Amino acid sequence: MAATLEKDDVVAMLRHVSERLIAQVDILTDADLAIGDGDHGIGMQRGFEGTLESFDATPPENIEAAFKAMGTAILSKTGGAAGAIFGTLFRAGSKVTAGKETIGGADIAAFLETGLEAVLKRGGVTEGQKTIIDGLAPAARAARAKEAEGADAVLSAAADAAVAGVEATKGMVATTGKARSLGERSLGHPDPGAISVSLILKAMQDFAARA
Amino acid sequence: MAKAAKKIINDPKKVVAEMLDGLVLANDGRIARVPGHAAIVRTDLPESKVAVLIGGGSGHEPLFHGFVGRNMGDGAACGQVFAAPSPDIIVAAAKAVHRGKGVLFLYGNYAGDTMNFDMAAELLEDEDIEVRTVRIADDVAAAPPERKYDRRGIAGDLLMIKIAGGAASELETLDDVVRVVEKAGDNVRSIGVAVSAGSIPETGKPTFELADDEIEIGMGAHGEAGVSRQKLLPADAVADQLMDKILNDLPFQSGDEVALLINNLGATTMMEMLIVNRRIRQILDERGIKVHRTDVGTWLTVQEMAGFSVTLMKLDDELKRYLDMPAESLGYSRM
Repeated sequence: MAATLEKDDVVAMLRHVSERLIAQVDILTDADLAIGDGDHGIGMQRGFEGTLESFDATPPENIEAAFKAMGTAILSKTGGAAGAIFGTLFRAGSKVTAGKETIGGADIAAFLETGLEAVLKRGGVTEGQKTIIDGLAPAARAARAKEAEGADAVLSAAADAAVAGVEATKGMVATTGKARSLGERSLGHPDPGAISVSLILKAMQDFAARA
Repeated sequence: MAKAAKKIINDPKKVVAEMLDGLVLANDGRIARVPGHAAIVRTDLPESKVAVLIGGGSGHEPLFHGFVGRNMGDGAACGQVFAAPSPDIIVAAAKAVHRGKGVLFLYGNYAGDTMNFDMAAELLEDEDIEVRTVRIADDVAAAPPERKYDRRGIAGDLLMIKIAGGAASELETLDDVVRVVEKAGDNVRSIGVAVSAGSIPETGKPTFELADDEIEIGMGAHGEAGVSRQKLLPADAVADQLMDKILNDLPFQSGDEVALLINNLGATTMMEMLIVNRRIRQILDERGIKVHRTDVGTWLTVQEMAGFSVTLMKLDDELKRYLDMPAESLGYSRM
């Protein structure tokens, strides 16, 4: 159980996230086939493979650089809406870790909040439109509520909230993105982007729990 | 689970890179790869002109990258299959086409394209390269007229690129080009019908499910839900439904002159499209709408998807002028 994470922990955590998401790509593909065009899985796979390549080629010098490298890899390799959104999340979120040798619960909450704010601005969406926001926004709130309890507890709360957020997207009608034209037909299906958020946070939580 | 589609490819992860290599070679020297990026640029660009950068996800060939050439796009930024190009690709492509008079970003109105092209525009602004954006939103099935900003770009793309390319060859300022292209966008309407699905090379899975005896009016290029799913109908009945949606949307009126475009989504035969064209002309004649020019062909595909779309653009003298300029590109040439 790790209440704080150092640079090497963060790099190892983001590697773990990348490897886990690459292994779970079929979950994302199938979710996207139901209400989109089915490219979310392979897109995220490209981004996380790019992250691992980036870490191998240029080991991050600090925590901020690690998060930013992941965001940059996703932005340029994933492409599409997912690349812009997840790239923005990690790149914007990285800024709150600037100059920090270690990060704890409050830093992770700030990371999620800042990332969320940037994604909201970039995507021009709000909560309840059946997007990544419906996984990310509850996660950021849950993280802030537990900020005093350390990195592992905060990630655990954020992951649980994101999973609940994914469940909630099943009851939402998509009003943006390629799924918006499905209207009522999108009901009953979870949002693939929100699923990605939950899988990322779950992988972070699992890493922090055993670090 | 549907079985993976038959495709003559190599490594599924390399389809875009290998397609671009083949595309450059097929242009016999008229276009070149932007070094290090999934982007192409004309090799015969004049020293000074307003630049037109087009782009979007791959897998819709010949759109977009097949429409780079004289009086068409000056360059294209190419994403992965069905996914918008990333900002770094767009920035590199924009710098490659820029000739001192600014760059028009012209692309289909999808969330991913909008976000990535907007990020690129912000990065270019920091380097004092002027960028203006026109998003193509011609699919009437995607949203009602009052939410035109929610409509997708489909085969109207070709007419829009054609007019942008013509206007940018002749007009001196980015503002003037944008004015003409926005006017074209205000006057173009399309709708499609899906007969069977295409599939993404990397997953091999069809992008949507449609029963063997069903069609879907208004389905989007990536399988986005359309207006209605129905049993298979005769060509005339399908054409009637499509034209009803398009004609009433602008609305097109007696005395109007239009460009008519019928686009094959991938696997539909020319024979079927010509039969549809026959009925469309009957409908237009009845309404007193005159066809200025017709294009029937394969412009925006969705892999092996079967189906087609119909596009009408209401023309004035200015739009006719730019639409009628000779164009030369791999995907579309007409003197």
